Parts: sequence; C-alpha cells; structure tokens
Amino acid sequence: MPALKQTPSQTIGPFFAFGLTPDQFGYAQRGIAGNALAARHVPGEHVRIEGRILDGAGAPIDDAMIEIWQADAAGRYAGGNRDAADSAAGGFMGFGRSGTDKAGGFWFATIKPGAIGDGQAPHIGVIVQARGILNHVFTRIYFADESDANGADPVLQSVPKDRRHTLIAARSETPAGPLYRFDIHMQGDDETVFFDV
Amino acid sequence: MTNNPYKPRDWQSHPPSIYPDYKSTVLRNPLKPLIPIRQSLSEITGPVYGQDALGPLDHDLTKNAAKNGEPIGERIIVTGRVLDEDGRPVPNALIEIWQANAAGRYIHVRELHDAPLDPNFLGAGRFLTDESGQYRFLTIKPGSYPWGNHENAWRPAHIHFSLFGPAFASRLVTQMYFEGDPTFPYDPIFNSIPDEAARQRLVAKFSMDLTEPDWARAYVFDIVLRGRFATPMET
Repeated sequence: MPALKQTPSQTIGPFFAFGLTPDQFGYAQRGIAGNALAARHVPGEHVRIEGRILDGAGAPIDDAMIEIWQADAAGRYAGGNRDAADSAAGGFMGFGRSGTDKAGGFWFATIKPGAIGDGQAPHIGVIVQARGILNHVFTRIYFADESDANGADPVLQSVPKDRRHTLIAARSETPAGPLYRFDIHMQGDDETVFFDV
Repeated sequence: MTNNPYKPRDWQSHPPSIYPDYKSTVLRNPLKPLIPIRQSLSEITGPVYGQDALGPLDHDLTKNAAKNGEPIGERIIVTGRVLDEDGRPVPNALIEIWQANAAGRYIHVRELHDAPLDPNFLGAGRFLTDESGQYRFLTIKPGSYPWGNHENAWRPAHIHFSLFGPAFASRLVTQMYFEGDPTFPYDPIFNSIPDEAARQRLVAKFSMDLTEPDWARAYVFDIVLRGRFATPMET
C-alpha cells in the first residue's frame, strides 16, 4: 500500500551545535528551542532535570543532543489536546533541547507535566541523538514521586521489572527547587530502556 | 501487533544501529531489543512552530550570516517536498539544515580540519514547509572533508537535515548527498544503509528545470516521513 519509501536516517554527527543548539554553545544563530522551557509565570511545579549520557564503556558522550517533548502541568500537549495558539499565549510549548558538556551532562528547566488522563503516569518523551547514532532512540522520563501512577502505567508495566528503574528520575529538594536526576546509559548492566515507537 | 496510528520505522530503509565500519556506533547504541510502545498522545503529537519562529533570512544561507560580502563558493538552490509514505504532503514541517562551507570546514568550535573559515558563512538554516510540503533553501555547495574514522577517510559532501513532521514519532534526522560524488563507495555512514535504492534516496538530483539562469544550479531532494495507517486510533 505505501506508495513511497521512508527516507533513511543518518547520524546527527558531531557538529550540529551551531544549527540545533546554538544558544547553549554561544553561536550567533538563535535556536528554536533550548534548555529552558517555561517562563516563571507558567503554571505548575517548576523543576530542573539533570543527567549524563554514557556509552557502553561508561565514557561520557559529550556530543549528544537530548530532546524532550511534554505536556503542561494540566496534562495538555501544544497542538494536541490544547490549541497550539493557547499554549503559545501561555508561554509553554513543551519542547526542549540540550546539548551535552564534557562530562556528558545535559539539563532542562521546565515544569513537571500533568497526567494526560489516559491511564499513563506523568512522563516526558525523550529523543537521543549523537555522533555514532544512526537511528535516534526514544525513551521516557517518569518521576520517582509518582509511584502509584507509575504502578498503573501501561508502558512501565510492559517493561521488565528489573529494567523499570532506568526510566524513573530520582527526586531531590535543592535550594533552587526540585531536581530530578535522569542518566542515560546507552549500553551496560543499567542500559536505559529504549522504545520502538 | 498494535493499532498504532503511525506506521513503524521501515528497517529495510534505515541503517542498522550498530555498523562496525562506522566505529562510533559500536558503544553508542542499545544492545538490548527496543521495547514496543503503544503510541499515545505523547507520540502522535509533536513540537509545533509557526512562521513567526523563523527569521526572514533563515532559508538563505548565502545571506543569513553575511558580514562584509558574500560567502565564497558555488551558490546552489536545494529544494524539494516533504511527503509521507502515502504521498501526502507534510505542511508546516520545520526543516533545519547545517553544513560545512565550500572549503569543507564547519564553523563548530571542535572542528579540527584546517580548511579556511568563511567570515560570511555560518552554514545553518531553517524552513517551514508550505501547504504542498515544499521547501527551498539557498546555500553554498559544501566541500568534502576528512574525518578520523579510518586512514584517509573523507566524507562525501553533504547537508544535514533535521525534521519533526507532525509527530514526535515522525522525527527524522538525515543527510543529503550530491549525485556523482566519487567517495560514496568509501563512506561508512552512507553505506550503513544496506539497500542501494534506499541510499540513492539520500542523493539529491541536479535539476536543469529549477536551475536559475545566470544565478544558481538547483538540486532536488524529496523527503519521506512515516505515514499513518488508514484507521484512526481509538482513544
């Protein structure tokens, strides 16, 4: 039935920063999205997400790009269950990008998403790209303080029990506000769960 | 298997995740199988941008970073359509491109190749497809450059493309090549795609029809994103 075949995927390569994450790395071009997703006035719990991405030898991946896509605090996606113009007027579009530093570190300043209302626990969609990644991989961030909702989440429940922890960000309270920690292991004993979306 | 609205990634068209000839793939990709997911609102929605997200020169790389003149090199038009697997145009798709300059040098700070920078060229641009899925960039033909994968390794000249399409699920990052490049047989990134016909879909074709007299040659590169199944998902 398909009339056309999909265009093959290729790696993002090592040199994307001046095009895709220019603000974070000080290039002249203005980026379309960055590490900070929510202005102060946006309703919801303002949180920081930090993590590192590591390769199969445990070495930091210092040229990755992490993208996140999430609902607002009321569980609404811009252009999905909320009109995109309303999301724009409210100052929260739900899309963020972070490059990684020498330690493989990435960060986002955002709001904690609400549940969408379809039985899934609050979560954030994640796409990982880097030099050496020919096909981007999908994962999700869940929240450690949502254990009841996580226990009922159909996606988490479809993941082998001993791997679920790789999807759950640990929460701590800091003077600057709540911090979630989410590391990405491309391989190894704690290989992050990646989804066939 | 599931009644997902978006068709699966076509693994006959895409490269394998681990392709040892491209050395960086070996430690940077999952070894465990991907876990199937039932696509929800989280996967079938995606980042939305309007024309207001773009600057007036975002599509014109020959001008968008000019400081005291025009960039050096062969001026080219790169144009095409973004379609889905059923041939439907994908409107409002944000395309982001980035590339080396005519000498094969990226402006990126970690670039080690000692070819000259061009003070009038950044090498990054954006376009939002129109109602018929059409896009059009003006740029400088990128040069080939060496890289460290193996002895005497040269990347075929290419332009990087990033697209979302309508959904988080339809994300695509790829590279566009130019027909006739003599280094195709030696490039492990290009050859990571097992199917010859699929590889050729990344090779832009010269178009005399779209070439503008006395101004710039044109290359056509159409992009096909994941399509949808005919039956809408129950929610």
